[in-house]
Amino acid sequence: MNRSTLDNKDVWAGLFLIVVGVLAVFFARNYPFGTALRMGPGYFPTVLGALMVLFGLYTLANGLRSGEKIEGNWPLRALIVLPLALVLFGVLIERAGFVPAMLVLIFGSGLAGTEFRLIEMLIFSVLLTALCAIVFVWALGLPYPLIAGF
Amino acid sequence: MDLFNNLIFGFGVAFSLQNLLYCLIGVSVGTLIGVLPGIGPLGTIAILMPITYSVSPVGALIMLAGIYYGAQYGGSTTAILVNLPGETSAVVTCIDGYQMARQGRAGPALAIAAIGSFIAGTFGTLLIAVAGPPLADVALKFGSPEYFSLMLMGLVAAAVLAEGDIVKSLAMVAFGLLLGIVGTDVNTGTQRYSFGVAELTDGIGFIVVAVGVFAIGEIISNLGGSEERRVFTSKVSNLMPSLEDFKRSIGPILRGTGLGCFFGVLPGTGPAIASFASYMVEKKVADDPSRFGKGAIEGVAGPESANNADAQCKFIPMLTLGLPASGVMALMLGALTIQGIQPGPQVMTTRPELFWGLVASMWIGNAMLVILNLPMIGLWVKLLQVPYRLLFPAIMAFSAIGIYSVNNSSMEIYLTAAFGIVGFICMRLGFPLAPMLLGFVLGPMMEENLRRSMLMSGGDATVFVRQPISLAFIIATAVILVVMVLPAVRKRRGEITG
Repeated sequence: MNRSTLDNKDVWAGLFLIVVGVLAVFFARNYPFGTALRMGPGYFPTVLGALMVLFGLYTLANGLRSGEKIEGNWPLRALIVLPLALVLFGVLIERAGFVPAMLVLIFGSGLAGTEFRLIEMLIFSVLLTALCAIVFVWALGLPYPLIAGF
Repeated sequence: MDLFNNLIFGFGVAFSLQNLLYCLIGVSVGTLIGVLPGIGPLGTIAILMPITYSVSPVGALIMLAGIYYGAQYGGSTTAILVNLPGETSAVVTCIDGYQMARQGRAGPALAIAAIGSFIAGTFGTLLIAVAGPPLADVALKFGSPEYFSLMLMGLVAAAVLAEGDIVKSLAMVAFGLLLGIVGTDVNTGTQRYSFGVAELTDGIGFIVVAVGVFAIGEIISNLGGSEERRVFTSKVSNLMPSLEDFKRSIGPILRGTGLGCFFGVLPGTGPAIASFASYMVEKKVADDPSRFGKGAIEGVAGPESANNADAQCKFIPMLTLGLPASGVMALMLGALTIQGIQPGPQVMTTRPELFWGLVASMWIGNAMLVILNLPMIGLWVKLLQVPYRLLFPAIMAFSAIGIYSVNNSSMEIYLTAAFGIVGFICMRLGFPLAPMLLGFVLGPMMEENLRRSMLMSGGDATVFVRQPISLAFIIATAVILVVMVLPAVRKRRGEITG
């Protein structure tokens, strides 16, 4: 793969579709396919998966021909930090309570930005967590302990 | 007169204190996010949807609809004042609106945008009220083959008319349909694509996909670009347009409304297309086209009316046929389903308060936007100064609370994170995301109708072309595909040989 293929938009787009389509067909192999009269649970997904592979092949070929590049940056930091902050929220809200989960989520998300300011984000996290606790837990009555065990 | 009685009934529903409040909340939140770039109506509606669970179905729909057309309104405000389209539909408004603001005529530009939107909204609302019931009557006679063909047409049209590559849009529809399959098969109880995860047996949550893709994915994408925001606030004084302004604007407003209504009922076309078409038309019919781009009030009046009419008319196929014509409408449909209402033509007869209440509320909401928001323009512009580095963590927080509050399930939070990544990758690879959401919402219904049709016809696939209505949808689908694909093929060939 040379450099121009590495950032070729439609080559990657085509590969993406082919992978999803192949996975869809692969996992659907265990679902009864049925007949056209009595379509089994495997019929629709298999057809869709196959369609995606076809679309993918077309897009791939298109990319090889046109060579259009991917536009925009790949913000690696945001791509890793933001989902991670959400996952931590999911873990913490079940084990540690609403307040720690929110503090970690807000502050953690802030880290994903390119203009991160430590003090500002610390204050903002505390204020927003307090606001959310008041609005969602106290006023709207969502049943989450503010801090687990209390 | 039926229409008259129905509208009175609708206003009765919409004028209840509660529903007025929901409408006000909706349009205010809508204006707010319309003003703020980086978060659109799709993401906001998805994030706020869990809050509407405890609200009555009418109230929920009124509020969500308010967010939708309120956002359009807010988008045009910033387009005029700071040359920054808060929403894509306002891109065209920037051209002449901002020029008017620079000439010290921001007030009239804002006022005419609001008045045009209001007139367009009124026509749009009337059109829904007039066209809705007969359409629903026809649709009530549909059987499974008709429904399957109708959905096929809707999905294909939405994919084909969406901006960008047709094949990619169609692929996204297929992707959405596949995502809709996840969970327990209703006919046989087979687990499909649930991989032993208990939370997946009921299918992937609608909110999970919508928030993941449109809120989280969007943030990741935004953080990839550089944040540059000029905050230039021109003083707004003297709101009232002159008599001359009105005279110039009335034609564009009416033409824009017509165009907006036309594009509105077409699936897949966003309000940006309607407003762009209106701008082109006004430039064509103008006595002196050279004024455009230099602060011609027609260039604000037409597009602003068009995008509002478009927004209203998008409700027609959703309310009467249960067929979403855009991503936002797919969300509305999802909201209905979550409220336990099976979308479709029967809604109008079984839940008349829902249809007529919503129709009336849209008119009221448009009036609220004019009356309440014009004096508040200064406040909205101040909000522009909230930096994105604080805005996006707040969006993350609201998203997480919204999703977690649905089922108290951490698994759904993890799934949302995953969809955020998928959404971002799709954006960078040039895949449109609205068709995916349409496919996701319609998937289960489409499969169900396909299987039922085949069972009823004894496995004979020609059932779809033997029923006249179904045949019409199939032919329309084929025509849409052929018409849209041909010029693309020709153009591509031209590029190679030329």
